[in-house]
Amino acid sequence: MNKAFLLCGLLAVAQGAIASTDGVDKTVRFMAANCAYCHGPDGRSSSAIPSLAGMHKARFVGSMKAMKAGTQASLVMYQIAAGYSDAEIDAMGDWFAKNK
Amino acid sequence: MTLNRRDFLKFSAGAASAVGLSTLAGCAGTGPAVGGARPKVVVVGAGFGGATCAKYLKLWDPNIEVTLIEANEKFVSCPLSNLVIGGARTIDDLTFSYDGLKKLVDNFVHDTVVGIDATARTLRTASGRNFSYDRLVLSGGVELQYDKIEGYDTEARKTVMHGWKAGPQTVTLRRQLEAMPDGGVFVLATPPTPYRCPPGPYERACLVADYFKQHKPRSKVIVLDASSDIVSKKGLFMAAWKKHYGFGTPDSLIDYRPSSKALKVNAATKTISLEFDDIKGDVINVIPPMRAAKLTELAGARPSEGKQAWCPVDFRSYESKTVPNVHILGDSAESNMPKAGAVANNTGKMCAAALVELLNGRPLVIAPVITNTCFSATSGTTAMHVAMVFRADKDHMMVSQPLPDKGISKVESEAEMKFMDSWGKNIWADTLNLKI
Repeated sequence: MNKAFLLCGLLAVAQGAIASTDGVDKTVRFMAANCAYCHGPDGRSSSAIPSLAGMHKARFVGSMKAMKAGTQASLVMYQIAAGYSDAEIDAMGDWFAKNK
Repeated sequence: MTLNRRDFLKFSAGAASAVGLSTLAGCAGTGPAVGGARPKVVVVGAGFGGATCAKYLKLWDPNIEVTLIEANEKFVSCPLSNLVIGGARTIDDLTFSYDGLKKLVDNFVHDTVVGIDATARTLRTASGRNFSYDRLVLSGGVELQYDKIEGYDTEARKTVMHGWKAGPQTVTLRRQLEAMPDGGVFVLATPPTPYRCPPGPYERACLVADYFKQHKPRSKVIVLDASSDIVSKKGLFMAAWKKHYGFGTPDSLIDYRPSSKALKVNAATKTISLEFDDIKGDVINVIPPMRAAKLTELAGARPSEGKQAWCPVDFRSYESKTVPNVHILGDSAESNMPKAGAVANNTGKMCAAALVELLNGRPLVIAPVITNTCFSATSGTTAMHVAMVFRADKDHMMVSQPLPDKGISKVESEAEMKFMDSWGKNIWADTLNLKI
């Protein structure tokens, strides 16, 4: 990818992709919405699968990274955590901590 | 969002390529509504894909006018419906009203779409109503191809169930099993791939065997598999069959027969004909081959007979690659992801996120990452799963690596049955805008 194309992308991102005019990070909002089918709407679960809404960021990020590394046991989430980058995990941690 | 500089550059490079491509796609399709009119989206089909898409469109841009058209009065969940056939649940446990969605969308219409003019961007319904749209979302699931199996005519369909669309079919199949005497034979014929819910037939074999084990121990399950081998979670299903149902012993409750494609059905004699053999049962359950929903053909978006039977889409927006302004969700889309409720739910969100940008004249900048987690019951009290992360570009849904343990359970467990139960409650709430 040449530098001009990359710059073009960066400008587009700066103009509204990551932080939209209403201040919502749509990329993270989308990633967080994905979790709802297991963890409940807006990360609020009714039953055995834990809620994510309002979880402290350190707990979310610590658990996700530990499950990804295989140092925290889990039945399902180690496979999901492995598919995300550390930056994505941090961003989702921020989102769920702020959206209670 | 806390991204360091390196991550920001890495992320932005991905976004840059998405911008470059999607601007072109945006120009070809419908941009923002002119003259201040609200953009109109019509969603057809309020299953896991369509209902979720309609809901998130309203959550993410209330200005978009959303019409949701659904033929059925109530939502009945296919996921967990094998538990009804096995007797661990009732159909009422899986049946929900559309009230939560009716409160959210602009128009909720009980009707059947009978014609689509993708050039004029209009559609009409069985009751004679007409709707126009800026963007159309089709989430019609699968069409069952009865005509691919000789004798599976309307008369035969009165007594031979497929049980692959949850509702009356599920209930009738359960009643047939209850009425069957001990010592009877249940014959399950699977469809050729690809089909809705890849692990579904093997899960059904487990749950019917579980019922027989408890109530009709001299009975048997015969699985006639159109494929040459178990196509999903093979090791886990084989382990469950051995552990719970005596598979591999002379007393096995399950008799598995690969490469046994059903070619003909005789409802009167309850016989399924294979290439060289006729198999008679006391209850026969024939799941026909599948293709994309009829709706997609009405829009001109389904490949013609003889080609792939599913609709190619741009995975960033789920817009049809052949018919502009028509988006195709869930099972009808051609994809390497399984045809599963969770996938339909999340592709509904992908489509909604893309439509919010396109209808406001903005390029697609989100590089979507979604997951699929799908549980299968192996008995009334145990379950296991598949869990994967996918990343979209225009032409692919790529499995995000690494994939520990190939994305499936190490072993079935009672804990996973509790997760399966919780998953059901949460996905129904997410899809249907139910109160938790």
